[in-house]
Amino acid sequence: MLETININFWYGAFHALKDISMKIERNTVTAFIGPSGCGKSTFLRLFNRMNDLIPDTHLTGECLIDGKNIYSKTVDVTGLRKNVGMVFQKPNPFPKTIYDNVAYGLRVDGESNRGLIARRVEESLKSAALWDEVKDKLKKSAFELSGGQQQRLCIARALAISPSVILMDEPASALDPVSTSKIEDLIHTLKRDYTIVIVTHNMQQAARISDRTGFFMLGELIEFNDTKKVFLNPDREETQNYITGRFG
Amino acid sequence: MNKQIRQNIAFTVFRLLSLAVVGILFWILGFITYKGIGVISWQFLTTAPTDGMTAGGIFPAIVGTLCLIAGSAAVAFPLGILSAIYTSEYAGDGKVVRFIRIMTNNLAGIPSIVFGLFGMSLFVNTMGFGDSIIAGSLTLGLLTMPLVIRTTEEALKAIPDTFRQGSYALGASKLQTVSRIVLPAAFPNIITGLILSVGRISGETAPILFTVAAYFLPQLPDSIYSQVMALPYHLYVIAVSGTDLEATRPMAYGTALVLIAIVLIINVSASIIRKKLSKRYA
Ligand SMILES: Nc1ncnc2c1ncn2[C@@H]1O[C@H](COP(=O)(O)OP(=O)(O)OP(=O)(O)O)[C@@H](O)[C@H]1O
Ligand SMILES: [Mg+2]
Repeated sequence: MLETININFWYGAFHALKDISMKIERNTVTAFIGPSGCGKSTFLRLFNRMNDLIPDTHLTGECLIDGKNIYSKTVDVTGLRKNVGMVFQKPNPFPKTIYDNVAYGLRVDGESNRGLIARRVEESLKSAALWDEVKDKLKKSAFELSGGQQQRLCIARALAISPSVILMDEPASALDPVSTSKIEDLIHTLKRDYTIVIVTHNMQQAARISDRTGFFMLGELIEFNDTKKVFLNPDREETQNYITGRFG
Repeated sequence: MNKQIRQNIAFTVFRLLSLAVVGILFWILGFITYKGIGVISWQFLTTAPTDGMTAGGIFPAIVGTLCLIAGSAAVAFPLGILSAIYTSEYAGDGKVVRFIRIMTNNLAGIPSIVFGLFGMSLFVNTMGFGDSIIAGSLTLGLLTMPLVIRTTEEALKAIPDTFRQGSYALGASKLQTVSRIVLPAAFPNIITGLILSVGRISGETAPILFTVAAYFLPQLPDSIYSQVMALPYHLYVIAVSGTDLEATRPMAYGTALVLIAIVLIINVSASIIRKKLSKRYA
């Protein structure tokens, strides 16, 4: 379970996240929507501490995973990231073979058992619905895949180290409709085993795939509710305006 | 005058200028080849000079130059690559790094003869290596270091941050990210930069003048503390200070031709290696 308590976040002097508290249940899909620049990605990156990589930032409040504050001094960040996988907006496979891409997380974790790695690679590619398309060219460069395949490879890569949470930042925004629907189907099946948090600009997508939806605006969490409720009968007027396309 | 015509004129001018550059290059190559090819023979390449360096070959100088290339590479590559990795991957963009970068650039602007004097004072005299391959290699290595650092940094900078993020997001440490993702991806460009930089120093005369180069030394080096002959210096000697300049003129051109050939071979192999390596994943 993910939980944030009064999270505030600054880029330098810019107050990017304002007092955000939310709870995300296990094995659910949560969508974050909101206008560009409202802080969705920033908030998402809190959960695997990718914001740590950006210099001159500052955080207050608590961010808990299964009750543990992931920002406490004793937390091992690399261990955290093995538990919280991430898929980026643009597919970013490594300049390596398909096989090595998926095996990467295991290898940096010190796994050297070849048989085990091979099994995990196959399982992960199957989970990411990519196995049939690549099983004959595992030793080929990942760059030979199409954009949609590359994104599923990135999902497989994240699955290979058995995380419990997967963060996705607009994972289908660079893809064609067919690839997009493949990713959406995938998210649907992955929900059984993973907690998924996804940022999207596509309202229909949020409505189709998520159980809960959070609407962000100007660094604030305006509304966080069951997806049905957010789209059919939101509590807040700003939400209503946003999802019906009327801004401001 | 309309846009189209102006554009055409501009392009024509650019094209002529670049053709002129290529033309000059070929002119030099053609000239040296024409003048020098006559003396090139198996014997010229594999024997020592004789008769007060008016006859015989240039074998010791070829060997010496190859030793210096290898030696300076051994000095400049590890240090240059490590420092580039440090400044571009680890050090962030603070004051210290900016200072290092400015100093590196300044270092690159120091005339090579100054490196020669410095090398003589530090390596030959203070450290007591005497005129030797090691003193010459250290001097040449220092001279190329800025270039090695710069090209390596550029190769590292060219690797998109999304690779690094992808690696961190999978729980990789910084060291793992640098060694398993960034360096392999940058490798083709790093190698190219390295090879080009040794290519460039192989023709330097000033830094080896007081640190290693022998005027006449027919026997081959037996350790890194030996003195050696080197092609650029040998060329200088037989071109301006030999015993019979007119007679040795063709040999000077032959020596120049061999030197150019070595540099060309190095550069061509750089681009072949780079093509091979980047094909692997592209
Ligand atoms: N590295 C950074 N340095 C400084 N400011 C940043 C940085 N990243 C984001 N911001 C600012 O923080 C705010 C939130 O950015 P964020 O990327 O989280 O928005 P977003 O909701 O994901 O937008 P989008 O939908 O366009 O992806 C924006 O105003 C942005 O300008
Ligand atoms: Mg974003």
